[in-house]
Amino acid sequence: MELAIDVHGLNKHFGDKHVVRDLSLQVREGEIYGFLGPNGSGKTTSIRMLCGLLTPDSGSGRCLGYDVLTQSAEIKRQVGYMTQKFSLWDDLTIAENLDFVARMFGMRGRREAVDRALDDLGLAGRRNQLAGTLSGGWKQRLALAACLLHQPRLLLLDEPTAGVDPKARRDFWEEIHRLSASGITILVSTHYMDEAERCHRLAYLSYGNLLAAGTASEVIAAQQLATWELSGPDVTGLGEALRQLSGVEQVASFGARLHVSGADAALLEPTLERFCREHGLRLAQVDSTLEDVFIQLMRHRPDPLEAAS
Amino acid sequence: MRRLTLSLPSLQRWLGIVVKEFIQLKRDRLTFGMIIGIPIIQLLLFGFAINSDPKHLPTAVVMAEASPFARAYLAAMRNSDYFDLVGSVESEAEAARLLDRGDVQFVVTFPPGFQRALVRGEQPSLLVEADATDPVAAGSAISVLNHLGNEVFTPDLPGFHPPGKQLIELRLHKRYNPEGITAYNIVPGLMGVILTMTMVLMTGLAMTRERERGTFENLLATPATPLEVMTGKIVPYILIGLIQVSLVLLAARWVFDVPMLGSLVLLYAVVLLFICANLTLGITFSSIARNQLQAMQMTFFFFLPSILLSGFMFPFRGMPEWAQAIGNCLPLTHFLVLVRGILLKGNDVSLLWPQVWPILAFMAVVLGVGLKTFRRTLD
Repeated sequence: MELAIDVHGLNKHFGDKHVVRDLSLQVREGEIYGFLGPNGSGKTTSIRMLCGLLTPDSGSGRCLGYDVLTQSAEIKRQVGYMTQKFSLWDDLTIAENLDFVARMFGMRGRREAVDRALDDLGLAGRRNQLAGTLSGGWKQRLALAACLLHQPRLLLLDEPTAGVDPKARRDFWEEIHRLSASGITILVSTHYMDEAERCHRLAYLSYGNLLAAGTASEVIAAQQLATWELSGPDVTGLGEALRQLSGVEQVASFGARLHVSGADAALLEPTLERFCREHGLRLAQVDSTLEDVFIQLMRHRPDPLEAAS
Repeated sequence: MRRLTLSLPSLQRWLGIVVKEFIQLKRDRLTFGMIIGIPIIQLLLFGFAINSDPKHLPTAVVMAEASPFARAYLAAMRNSDYFDLVGSVESEAEAARLLDRGDVQFVVTFPPGFQRALVRGEQPSLLVEADATDPVAAGSAISVLNHLGNEVFTPDLPGFHPPGKQLIELRLHKRYNPEGITAYNIVPGLMGVILTMTMVLMTGLAMTRERERGTFENLLATPATPLEVMTGKIVPYILIGLIQVSLVLLAARWVFDVPMLGSLVLLYAVVLLFICANLTLGITFSSIARNQLQAMQMTFFFFLPSILLSGFMFPFRGMPEWAQAIGNCLPLTHFLVLVRGILLKGNDVSLLWPQVWPILAFMAVVLGVGLKTFRRTLD
């Protein structure tokens, strides 16, 4: 299968801050690739390097077959980039925004393309409304329509669903899957675990380092994290006591149940069995979730700024 | 081959940016109002100070003798409407203090023996001290005084003097601003001031606005090149600058009767150069400034010395040398010389170079800084 994105060892510094460290990423054509990581982990910078907005300090690679270091103009033509913050022009109307973007990409049949996009959006009746007056969900749909206008082969979406209600989020992901089915490659960054699970494959980035990559189950399996579910009377009050036990690395509450995880299953299991006998709790091993795995990854890679202070 | 065509500037993209800027300009009522409002307000403020013919100027009188002829002269002054006699003072020193304080615009001193000298045809002198800080205000009143002597006394002294001879000698002492700015200086100068203000500010804001709102990122994600973005964004402002200049020129011609001796084509060429220098500065400010407020502050840091040290406010040769040195770095200084030269002296192209090269040098330096910082903000 062809690779839409194939980059190796990308680095980026801002001043003396090393924002992206040796990033290597392989995204196959037509797949939906999730890009995860805590705030400030270099996701946005990585995406900007992929679409030619930023030049990497070092590294090499190709995006849609073009060199990321030297052919950013060609890359920009075939990539649709949706910024984290709504970045169309508030003081232009919906139609004017689309028309401007179409012009920037030098499209032929500009008017038809804009009209079609407006019809697809269901905004034909509101074409003369100022974009700044749209609600969050509509802004997001307009932004997506704008970056699809020039029929890109690759979509880069930077936290597209931040601040969007659940119904609009679900619709958005339906649309993403439709686009993927039509052959467009999509790289999407997100904080939401349910969204991560909708991706074909994903990568976890932490403070400039790529920590894990693969399908959701591969990423989970690679961490070899064992998780048990504890349930019983007054279980929620026991979290603090559990955290003190050796081998326990995470305790998370889920209503009247607790999830306890640790990397060393052989150490953890007897400890938990003893604990549950003493407190009269039920114990069952469950599958680790993506969230458990990501919390685990974050614990082992603390924020370098926090660690320093 | 494909790469080559892609990296060439695209007219469609460039046009797209130009159209977008115009639409945004049209929607931004405040900015739009400022662009039209600034020239009009400045014209009204500065322009009408020129042509208005100030009357009822406060005047003090020092009377060494209270003769009927002196009284007649005073009555004539009052009747001319130019002078309001606020009182008679005893001494020259007191009169000087009134002038210092700005309480009166004129002090008229009748010497002892005024009437006797007049009757004998000895052409007595009348001392007029004028506060010429505003030469415009004093100008027409003084010219009235010149005629007043003969008008008042000829009927009383028929056949006494040869016709055409001045009966009294007017000794004019202009104080505070003996050099005096000619009225025609201001309207052409205003052109430069308006352009400096609006061109630097508007372009400064145009770019930082995109950055502040986050739309700059979207613009950069398109195939548009920095050059297309920069030039596309300044075109509307070149047009606005030319409209402003035309507005001032129309007012200069039809409202203020400023003579236009030189070539209009040459004038517009010089204006275009000056607009470009200011736009370059605006773009550079906008690539340094983090937000619109900073761009605004930078503009005013530049605007103030431009107004004060360019020769617009004060005669350039009257300034201390250090101030002249600063003034010589500012494009407005040279633009004022160019415009006044073309309009008032009818200078042709051969005389322009000494003022043109400093503007070009200014542009080159600013553009260098701008391109350097622009590249940095992209990465």
